[in-house]
Amino acid sequence: MRFLSTRRRHPLAGVVVVLLGLLMAGGLYAVVAPKSPAQADTTQQDLVEEGRKLFLVGCASCHGKNAEGIQTKAGNNLGPSLIGVGAAAVDFQVGTGRMPAVQTGAQMPTKDPVYTQAEIEALAAYVASLSPGPAIPSEEEYNAAGIAGEDLVRGGELWRTNCTACHNFNASGGALPHGKYAPSLEGVSDKHMFEAMLTGPQQMPVFSDQTLTPEDKKQIIAYVKSLHETPDYGGFSMGYLGPVPEGLFAWVVGMGALVGFAIWIGTAGVRSKK
Amino acid sequence: MTDKHNDDTGEHGDEVARRNGHTTDVVSMDGDPVHDPGLPPHDPRPTDVDETLERRAERQVAGMFGIATVLILASCVAYLFVDIDATFLDFNASNFAIGLSLGLALLLIGMGAIQWAKKLMTDHEIIEQRHPAASPPADVAATTAVLKLGNEESGFGRRKMIRNSLFGALGALGLPTVIFLGDLGPLPGNALSRTVWKRGMRVVNDVTGVPIRPEDLEIGQLVNAQPDVLVENEDDDSGGEHTLEGTALLNAKAKAAVILVRMQPKDITPYPGRVNWGIDGILCYSKICTHVGCPISLWEQQTHDLLCPCHQSTFDLANNGIVVFGPAARSLPQLPLGLDSEGFIIAMSDFHEPVGPSFWERGGEQDVSP
Repeated sequence: MRFLSTRRRHPLAGVVVVLLGLLMAGGLYAVVAPKSPAQADTTQQDLVEEGRKLFLVGCASCHGKNAEGIQTKAGNNLGPSLIGVGAAAVDFQVGTGRMPAVQTGAQMPTKDPVYTQAEIEALAAYVASLSPGPAIPSEEEYNAAGIAGEDLVRGGELWRTNCTACHNFNASGGALPHGKYAPSLEGVSDKHMFEAMLTGPQQMPVFSDQTLTPEDKKQIIAYVKSLHETPDYGGFSMGYLGPVPEGLFAWVVGMGALVGFAIWIGTAGVRSKK
Repeated sequence: MTDKHNDDTGEHGDEVARRNGHTTDVVSMDGDPVHDPGLPPHDPRPTDVDETLERRAERQVAGMFGIATVLILASCVAYLFVDIDATFLDFNASNFAIGLSLGLALLLIGMGAIQWAKKLMTDHEIIEQRHPAASPPADVAATTAVLKLGNEESGFGRRKMIRNSLFGALGALGLPTVIFLGDLGPLPGNALSRTVWKRGMRVVNDVTGVPIRPEDLEIGQLVNAQPDVLVENEDDDSGGEHTLEGTALLNAKAKAAVILVRMQPKDITPYPGRVNWGIDGILCYSKICTHVGCPISLWEQQTHDLLCPCHQSTFDLANNGIVVFGPAARSLPQLPLGLDSEGFIIAMSDFHEPVGPSFWERGGEQDVSP
């Protein structure tokens, strides 16, 4: 006790007391507070029930109380039916932040995810419980690390055949009519690319595992990642968007510089009065 | 300077030109509302009168050429010693160093040349007169005389039989041209109207060659497909069927490429003759745009619209592939589908109309109408 009492006016004493207080409060809360769903040893039924609660709060206003979808008076989708879209679709839409949407529109942009991974799993379990649909793929299905050589080349062939029409040769994305677009794939995780092919979000067609096997999908993912890891051998890429930005650059900067030189050559220089 | 200059270009132009000793012949018509202003007075450049400035300009030009030399040497060093796989700011370091040094060197050589010409090369002004383009009358007369003499001496105009028989021989030379060129070929025949598709041919995944069952396709699914004879597949037991190779294979693939899509059957409104061309919402269309033949697989699964990325032609696949937007003039040809005994999707015939862009002999038949 003498050790403590002699140091009670030490400059750090206050900090130590506050830390001790916080530790005690935290420990007490951990013991007394109800267990959160992620830590609790929930059965599948509890997870579905947890997901349903989250769904009613965050999703039902557009997708309907039973995920049956809501139509506007004009017959358009306010939110489409989620029956049969499967857990993979939920994991993609909520995991990339597309859902919950901030507002209705032609297409939902990505943003920071609103829900935690545990909450996304609960939502996915609920939607999957409505009707069978594609499940969230396992790590060994989508992890494209280590694919190289012949498999990577085959991934490129599959990519050019199936994906480049919308996503552009370098996965930079492209425009679709009426404000829609195919997004750039730079920085998209293996899992989300896999789920997008599996479920066909928004306007994207489905590429089911029967026609494009998980192995094919993995090769495509590996090729897309290799695109973004390759240095720009040709110099400025201008976003890899093709002839429009390149033409703009050539006309504005290239021709502009040439006009500048022509003016320099053509103007009479300073003259002396002597 | 500016004030003086304004004076020079005004109505005193002629006077000024004369005063400065220019002796050009100025054609002036009576009542010409615009007087020829002549040339402004010639003032020397600062580098012509000030030796310090002249030496400075000389140093500038030589400096630019000198730096260019150093940069050219640097580009050689970069080529030889920068690691070919190294990167710099996400660029390939070797290309970046070579391009930057060589580009700057060429720019400096050009800029040095301009600076040299503007500051140091002689500065006198030259007037270049324009001349009529026609030959002088004397030359025309002499040439005409030679031609007339030739005609008289050869008797070309007088001996009509010789002249006409020569014309006949020269005319006959056209005949072998027509007959020989007529044998170039073979003529395309019906190759433009037909593809390799025929009844019973399986529709398989492009690249992988995997055959497709209807239950493999979900609503909203798209498959880029080919006839199975054109795709190599390790698991294929129809090994001996790959009869095409090289250019013939590429030509056949370019025409036979199709897309297979699945929609809600209630969304599809087939023409009366096409009711059984699909399988439970699965339809098959040519992948070749009817405008100028770009491959199209940009399909919006919710609107059922297929877009061509080249010129934005848009086809409604739920409504017989009709054009809903863009420059294409004809619907996308549809391939009738069926199932074989093993449950795989097959074609029931070739396309009923030519695939791809229009051509001369295709004639006036436009859309296949209901």
